[in-house]
Amino acid sequence: MSEYVVEMEHVDKRFPGVHALDDVSFQLRPGEVMALLGENGAGKSTLMKVLGGVYQRDAGTVRVFDREVGDLTPKLAQELGIAMIHQELNMCTQLSVAENIFLGRELARNGLLSNREMHRRSREVLDRLKIDIDPDTVVGDISVSKQQMVEIAKALQANAKILIMDEPTSALTAKEIEDLFAIIRLLRSEGHGIVYISHRLEELQHIVDRVTIMRDGKFICAMDYADATMDMIIENMVGREIKEKFPHVECGRGRKLFEVRHLNAGRMVRDINFELYEGEIVGIAGLMGAGRTEITRAIFGVDPSASGEITLEGKPVRIVKAEDAIRSGIVLAPEDRKRDGLCTKLSVRENIALPNLDLLCNAAGVVNRRRESEMVRKTIAGFSVKLTGPEMIAGNLSGGNQQKVVVGKWLARDSKVVIFDEPTRGIDVAAKVEIYHLMNRLKRNGIGVLFVSSEMPEVLGMADRIIVVCDGRITGVFPRSEATQTKVLEYAMKFENKSDRLEVAGR
Amino acid sequence: MNKKRLSYILMGEAGMGIILLLLCIVFAVFGRNFATPGNMTNILTQISINTAIAVGMTFVILLGGIDLSVGSVLSLCTVLAGLVITNDGMPVWLRIVLAVFAGLGGGMACGLFNGLVSETWKIPAFVVTLGMLNMARGAVLLISDSRTIFNFPRAFNTLGSQAPWGVPLIFIFSLVIVFFGYVVLRFTIYGRMIYAIGNNEEAVRLSGHNTKFHKVAAYVICGAAVGIAAILYMLRLNIASPILGNGFELNAIAAAVIGGTSMSGGKGSPIGTLIGAAIMGVLNNGLLLIGMGDFARQIVTGFIIVLAVVLDTYRAKLSRMLD
Repeated sequence: MSEYVVEMEHVDKRFPGVHALDDVSFQLRPGEVMALLGENGAGKSTLMKVLGGVYQRDAGTVRVFDREVGDLTPKLAQELGIAMIHQELNMCTQLSVAENIFLGRELARNGLLSNREMHRRSREVLDRLKIDIDPDTVVGDISVSKQQMVEIAKALQANAKILIMDEPTSALTAKEIEDLFAIIRLLRSEGHGIVYISHRLEELQHIVDRVTIMRDGKFICAMDYADATMDMIIENMVGREIKEKFPHVECGRGRKLFEVRHLNAGRMVRDINFELYEGEIVGIAGLMGAGRTEITRAIFGVDPSASGEITLEGKPVRIVKAEDAIRSGIVLAPEDRKRDGLCTKLSVRENIALPNLDLLCNAAGVVNRRRESEMVRKTIAGFSVKLTGPEMIAGNLSGGNQQKVVVGKWLARDSKVVIFDEPTRGIDVAAKVEIYHLMNRLKRNGIGVLFVSSEMPEVLGMADRIIVVCDGRITGVFPRSEATQTKVLEYAMKFENKSDRLEVAGR
Repeated sequence: MNKKRLSYILMGEAGMGIILLLLCIVFAVFGRNFATPGNMTNILTQISINTAIAVGMTFVILLGGIDLSVGSVLSLCTVLAGLVITNDGMPVWLRIVLAVFAGLGGGMACGLFNGLVSETWKIPAFVVTLGMLNMARGAVLLISDSRTIFNFPRAFNTLGSQAPWGVPLIFIFSLVIVFFGYVVLRFTIYGRMIYAIGNNEEAVRLSGHNTKFHKVAAYVICGAAVGIAAILYMLRLNIASPILGNGFELNAIAAAVIGGTSMSGGKGSPIGTLIGAAIMGVLNNGLLLIGMGDFARQIVTGFIIVLAVVLDTYRAKLSRMLD
């Protein structure tokens, strides 16, 4: 009998273009809370999805309760006693709590549902967890934290012995976190093994027994939490090898181009202040869900902002919708190029002309073909877009060239600030380098570049100044010379300390 | 109970029940001969067929799907059953039994096709069933040589005109279907799966269930309901015809939606659907009795259908506000 309930060895998983898990090992003991830590894209969620049967591993062995298991499916994983509490809760919001707890394992006699029995047993498991909810409540009517607890109750009702929680506290208030931790401690004392994925290092002290750290799809180390210090943990999480060479160029700072003051928009954009100068690229770094995209959307006027001032070349601009931003010269190259940035079934010519039709049309609304071809020719030449001709379908271009068209169509109308949201996601290295060169070109031409990315190395490699955000706030600003991976990560994890007032009981 | 919650409930089944009552009262006051036993029997006869189809439609809509083919499939089923029932070589009782099976079988086969194609290749049900609408219409015209079939056995025709205590037999049959649908949806695992899939298919899949089977089955159930509706149609009008059933899909969808079934799935019940069908029947009948012409009535019922879908989006909004 092994001391572990879960042993994963040499697990390997590839997705097209990504080596998501590279020879990873992972062990979990009964009655312990194991924190699984790592940066964005380190492979934590992938590893757990392999254990939960959502993904199939390419190689490696998995043993659960000393039993070697082959290909896992969600159903098989459940039968083995593994339950995942998904980050985006998977509940049927119009069904009741009891109905959700028994979803997929309904009790029935003679083909008819035993609703009363299911109600009674739901009551039992909720009572055991000291969760005060009526099993008949419709799930959509209760708070997210309660829904999460219902998911835990569902897992226990299914006899789960191993619980995987992915960022369970991100949407909870301090009181709710306290309740959740109480439940986790209860489960631990009952001998359940719990995997706890989180970025919120300050919370770990309240519940965690051991930590496993991953980086770049690889297992880095596992240790008792008592032996670990915050510095050690962060040190192990970063230290990502920087494989690519970044073509950073020095231009010298020009005049102030763009300024954002006290920008607020909802929970994920809180009191944002920064400025952007000619000849510089400002990087915005942060973890998943830190509010990076929300900030760019608020600036661009897609989401309504509650308050804040934006100044462009010394003049205040009022942006309430995307059109205002574009008219004043602020443009966004959105994260999802294919969905938000390009009409992939139209030609390059039509894509470039689309946002500039007001400049190309005469009073009767007829496009002036000569002016159009002139604009298209200039844009293609100016950005050295590689294509067979302006009539080429935009969707058939390479990722890097698509990005050039997205940016090029905006710059055809004298834009002053370009916001790149995750411009290199899902494209190959050569295309990435093209986009870096594109940003440099804009920078040299005196256009302000705001570069949002979850890939810390590329932000560090390309930006002249780095703004670190966390929980919708700016937690740190570093010039290029002072920024290191450790420092940026440290500030990216400066969460508001919701669990501060929790007593450090239970460990 | 707060105001929002109350208005939410009023926009659901209970509210529709109240509207049905109000409509009846208004027509009883303003329409001559509305509140007579004879007219009530009339209305019940008129809504029977739509009720039966709409219960099947409710299953499909609960999953987030739709079936546009019910009208022409109904026509196909009547002709299949009609050909069997007019086959003189067999005893009458056997002809009737086999005709029922022919209608049911035809409907279920079409439903199976709809479900399998849309689930296997992940094609929107809208498109597949629109294709089936045409295929079934073509098939029925071909099989029947575009002729109407009548001369059913007398026993069959007499059965269709029965109305014990003023309740038409065919309405009793459609009530049985409503009851069957209610029991399946409310009290069986399969029914629970339908609601759950309509709510959040991914959650059901992650719970280790085969959602494809459940979804295809719902289309087969819808087809079976159409098959039974076809027999009810023959009982009522004593004909089987390749040109009937036009626009039945709209009436069925309208009955389900007016009765509180959400077009996006996951919410609704056959009881509500029955109420929805009754509202449409009462409106049709009542407007006639207060002297509105055919064309004007068509405008009104069409408008009611649009109104019901608008109401559906408000229901969704309200339920989000309650969250």
